Amino acid sequence: MARYLLLRLGDAIPTLFLVLTLVFVAMRILPGDPALAALGDAALPEQLAEFRERMGLNVPLWQQYFNFLGGVLTLDLGRSLLSNTPVLTLIAQNLPYTIELTMAAMLMGIVAGIPLGVVAATNRNKTPDTGVRLFSLIGYAIPDFFLGALLLITFSLNMGWFPINGAGTDFVSRVHHIFLPALTLAFVKAAFLGRLTRTSLLEVLGKDYVRTARAKGAKENRVIYQHGLRNAMLPVSTGLGLSLLSTLSGSVAVELVFNRPGIGRLLIDAIAERDYAVIQGGVLVFAGFVVLINLLMDLVYVVIDPRVRVK
Amino acid sequence: MHATSAVGTERVAPKAGQGSVLSVRDLKTSFLTSRGWVEIVNGISFDIDAEETLAVVGESGSGKSVTALSIMRLLDPEMSRVEGSVRLADRELLTLSPAEMRSVRGLQMGMIFQEAMTSLNPLQTVGKQIAEVLTIHDRYSGQAAMKEAERLLDRVRIPAAASRLNDYPHSLSGGMRQRVMIAMALACKPRLLIADEPTTALDVTIQAQILQLIKQLQKEEGMGVLFITHDMGVVAEVADRTVVMLEGRAVESDTTEAIFERARNGYTRALIAAVPKLGQGSENGPQHFPTLDRKTGIVAAARERPDTVRREGEPVLSVRNLVKRFDIPGGLFSGPSGRVHAVEKVSFDLRGGETLALVGESGCGKSTTGRAIMRLIEPQSGEISIEGTDIRALDKERMRDMRRHIQMIFQDPYASLNPRISIGDAIAEPFLTHKLGTKAQAREKAMDLLERVGLSADMASRFPSQFSGGQRQRICIARALSLEPKVIVADESVSALDVSIKAQVVNLMMDLQEQFGLSYLFISHDMAVVERISHQVAVMYLGEIVECGPVRAVFGNPQHPYTKRLMAAVPVPDPSRRKQLRPVNNEEVKSPIRPVDYVPPVREYREASPAHIVQVWGDDWKV
Amino acid sequence: MIAEETARVLPAEPSALEKVRKILFGRLDTMLATGIIVVFVLIAVLAPFLAPYDPLAQSILKINRLPSSENWLGTDQFGRDVLSRLIYGSRNSLLFGFISPVLAAIFGTLLGVIAGYFGGIIDRLISRVIDLLLAFPELLLAILIAAVLGGGFWNIIAVITVAFIPGFARVARAQTLSVKQEPYVEAAIAVGVRTPIIIVRHIIPNIMAPIVALMTLWVASAIRIEASLSFLGIGTRAPNPSWGNIIRDGLNSLFGSPWPIIGAGVAITLVVLSFNLVGDAIRDALDPSTAR
Repeated sequence: MARYLLLRLGDAIPTLFLVLTLVFVAMRILPGDPALAALGDAALPEQLAEFRERMGLNVPLWQQYFNFLGGVLTLDLGRSLLSNTPVLTLIAQNLPYTIELTMAAMLMGIVAGIPLGVVAATNRNKTPDTGVRLFSLIGYAIPDFFLGALLLITFSLNMGWFPINGAGTDFVSRVHHIFLPALTLAFVKAAFLGRLTRTSLLEVLGKDYVRTARAKGAKENRVIYQHGLRNAMLPVSTGLGLSLLSTLSGSVAVELVFNRPGIGRLLIDAIAERDYAVIQGGVLVFAGFVVLINLLMDLVYVVIDPRVRVK
Repeated sequence: MHATSAVGTERVAPKAGQGSVLSVRDLKTSFLTSRGWVEIVNGISFDIDAEETLAVVGESGSGKSVTALSIMRLLDPEMSRVEGSVRLADRELLTLSPAEMRSVRGLQMGMIFQEAMTSLNPLQTVGKQIAEVLTIHDRYSGQAAMKEAERLLDRVRIPAAASRLNDYPHSLSGGMRQRVMIAMALACKPRLLIADEPTTALDVTIQAQILQLIKQLQKEEGMGVLFITHDMGVVAEVADRTVVMLEGRAVESDTTEAIFERARNGYTRALIAAVPKLGQGSENGPQHFPTLDRKTGIVAAARERPDTVRREGEPVLSVRNLVKRFDIPGGLFSGPSGRVHAVEKVSFDLRGGETLALVGESGCGKSTTGRAIMRLIEPQSGEISIEGTDIRALDKERMRDMRRHIQMIFQDPYASLNPRISIGDAIAEPFLTHKLGTKAQAREKAMDLLERVGLSADMASRFPSQFSGGQRQRICIARALSLEPKVIVADESVSALDVSIKAQVVNLMMDLQEQFGLSYLFISHDMAVVERISHQVAVMYLGEIVECGPVRAVFGNPQHPYTKRLMAAVPVPDPSRRKQLRPVNNEEVKSPIRPVDYVPPVREYREASPAHIVQVWGDDWKV
Repeated sequence: MIAEETARVLPAEPSALEKVRKILFGRLDTMLATGIIVVFVLIAVLAPFLAPYDPLAQSILKINRLPSSENWLGTDQFGRDVLSRLIYGSRNSLLFGFISPVLAAIFGTLLGVIAGYFGGIIDRLISRVIDLLLAFPELLLAILIAAVLGGGFWNIIAVITVAFIPGFARVARAQTLSVKQEPYVEAAIAVGVRTPIIIVRHIIPNIMAPIVALMTLWVASAIRIEASLSFLGIGTRAPNPSWGNIIRDGLNSLFGSPWPIIGAGVAITLVVLSFNLVGDAIRDALDPSTAR
């Protein structure tokens, strides 16, 4: 098992490397001249030259590549064009808010979603099942930024129960600020996890070993929870990883709706300002999260599925 | 079967189920389908006494498994309806509440299933799963339950039981898993064990072990056994009494001896004819299976068959020292961690009009041999000659041309035909690929071949989904024949078919051999079919041929210890054998995986009788 | 043995098209969904005739108005008619919704079949990149690519297409791998059929069902992603109307009328919901192995 873990970790390194290379290629080659892109068509030649100098764009491409890799390794991601703040500082300031939001949303989504799925599966084709189906249909369809806007208009603007923007300072006000944005993301998560739990539990309940459990004389509760739900949690745990990632991507729009600080906001503002170094930093943070979460998912799988351990 | 029906009443009626372990009367089970309620089992009755085994025999769809599940009340109550009476030790089960029924299941009735792999929870250790039965029924709890589980593993002859307790099902072999299932079913010492095709998915030597184990435990515990199977050979091995089921009804019910001696029903007789006789078969080479016409009820006797083998001239297919090994990949930066010696120095000749059977258990390399000969996989070394041409030396284009002479029929009839291509086009494809004529000629050829395999020419425009398994296998045979090959490699080609369909496809293959002078390389684990269809048989073990010769000689007078063990494990139609508890070798089927540096020993062969060749075995066989 | 009745054939299976038709009109919910989709397609096609105003025409005189008989859904902060913008916005949504999945299906299937059939180093290379991209949720991938590329019609098509290609490639590769093992493909190889013919005749027709099913399901995703990108300001560029940027504009003048947000939001939800329902139904009909 330890060997497997090491193998998986070793596997993540080339993946990370590939991600860095893709980001580099995308940033330098695809959109043409980054200087033009950053300063606009009206920029003077001296301004462009000065920009290239400052960004290290006047050296050969392979040297830029190594500079870029070196920068990432030493956590030197350059400075914002706009504020001249180091990109790393900007990320460090914003990251906690995004993590806070994602975690809160995941927690709410899991607490609501998995029980909903169990209720639906154990009451197949009855009223609770139909209700969960309806909920998940809407959850799958409604864009998070629309749901967020609706909640914001209703509960913050009209009722005044929640603040309109920001993230709060002390614990109580942070919870107060995070509630609606987290609820927005959690709604979609709960729909996804509910449906996934229902599907996989129903599938497991049709398996031969569930029949064996009944043949042993086990009570229905034991059959559903000991043999059903535990095995159904295998696909659900993969679903949790996916759901964590999609919460992260959803956080971009939700941070915008609720005017919260966060990595998503940072990235979107940087795009609007063509703040080249910050865009690159933001993309790297998200890509890093993806690699990390996928690695974690693999590790979780090893822990819960004995069949993977021997391979 | 109603108590008033003609068959088997003399055994059943006087007892009327009094004192029996299990007494089933007029059991009717219906399923809710899109067409409303459909009766799957209509009116089955039987009794099982303590220490007695009753077999329910039938083909797929006969309702035999549904009968078992009805007795256990394991069918979905919303989708099924069970009527009649099921009494376990004089207690009616069908009227029990779900809670009362739960206390019967596992405690008074245990059940084992065909697929032990899927029937065990993959995320729980086997110890925990066995202990669960004990704790559910309050027999033991906690550590004591685990201790008892260990004792049970020991009882089902699992070596080193204590260390196996913490194993997960995937790390056990198929036979071990079935033993675990048995341990679970018998944990609370039930009065009745229901075994639903418990050995169908197992190799024949493992089947013998499991059957023996069930018999031993039955004797020790004094329980009744309801044994569901499709194999009359297994029936002869285990059952005191037998009920033959066909389309939800009992067509015959009697003591097993009576059924084997004087079955009244044609269907029963046909089922018995499908059991291998091992060396007591015909002396005149391959013989047809007798078949029963469903409408007239007449059994067509097997007709005499002319000798088709062309003994003069060179063999059509000659294989010399064929070797195929697979490396098992190791870690990221290390070499292979082991090597599968799938085929090791295999040599044989196949003459015109002859059938050579390659037999052996799973993993023995028989299928790999077939695929290597077809060059679907590339062997490492060896010669494969078709009428003197070594096909391994041919380039791509000439190999493509050579493929006309050797064709293959696969195991799974449902996957052997492209679902998107009409069967006429499928049969015409080889003909057109080799540009043997125009499209019109290809169509003509396809229609002719359809007629020859017993289908009709107007079916050519239909799609595979419209045909049954047996029909599809006929279509595959027609497709293989469209190139007029000399050799057909049949890889477990009839194994997936029901007994009765199997017999007919085998008969067809023999007829085609007569008509076209075909040679078959017949790869199979099914001794009954091999005995019927082959002239020669080669027994494979761990990638090597250990014994080879005329069927009668090899089956009737096996020489190699492995062949002997294999033959001893094959169930034969002799119910008198079952009372004996024969010594069974409890060894697992060995794996052909070897260390990377393994060098296979040089083998020598000796002649036991004319044309009967046996490998000289080494120390590993000396017991 | 009982003689098999070889003369009897089973009734023909209904064709895929018939099955889809039966599913689309056989159940109330999918029938409703199909109806909603037809209505929105008609709105998009007939936009110039249906829209009461020019969607780009600004008017300082009527900024942020609530619904009235003049402007049924009110006006936005530039005085543009919200209903007209919604009607024209449907064109964007549906166009991206249809084009990107089709393009992605073509490229992805090609990649997947090549990787799956030939294996070896080609497969390892393609699979590695696919696996990496698959680790990203489609929306995140689209946001990241759009962050680099910027918005605009062709960029959005490229962004969504690229975000979808890995999914199709994975399904096509897995399907190819399994179909390649099927005895009917081996039988064709054994007969001597040439590789290109095997791929075109035996492989591709048998992997299309899940691909088509995935394509219909991803129409909904494409519409969602376009809306999200436009909402984030990296999709359809102002002043061109898109449901996503209508909501963005609505949020920018929060204290104005909520109707642009509600109108566009309901439109997206309805269309995505309908395509999800229809996509599920088609998937169930074409690809029973993944049916839920």
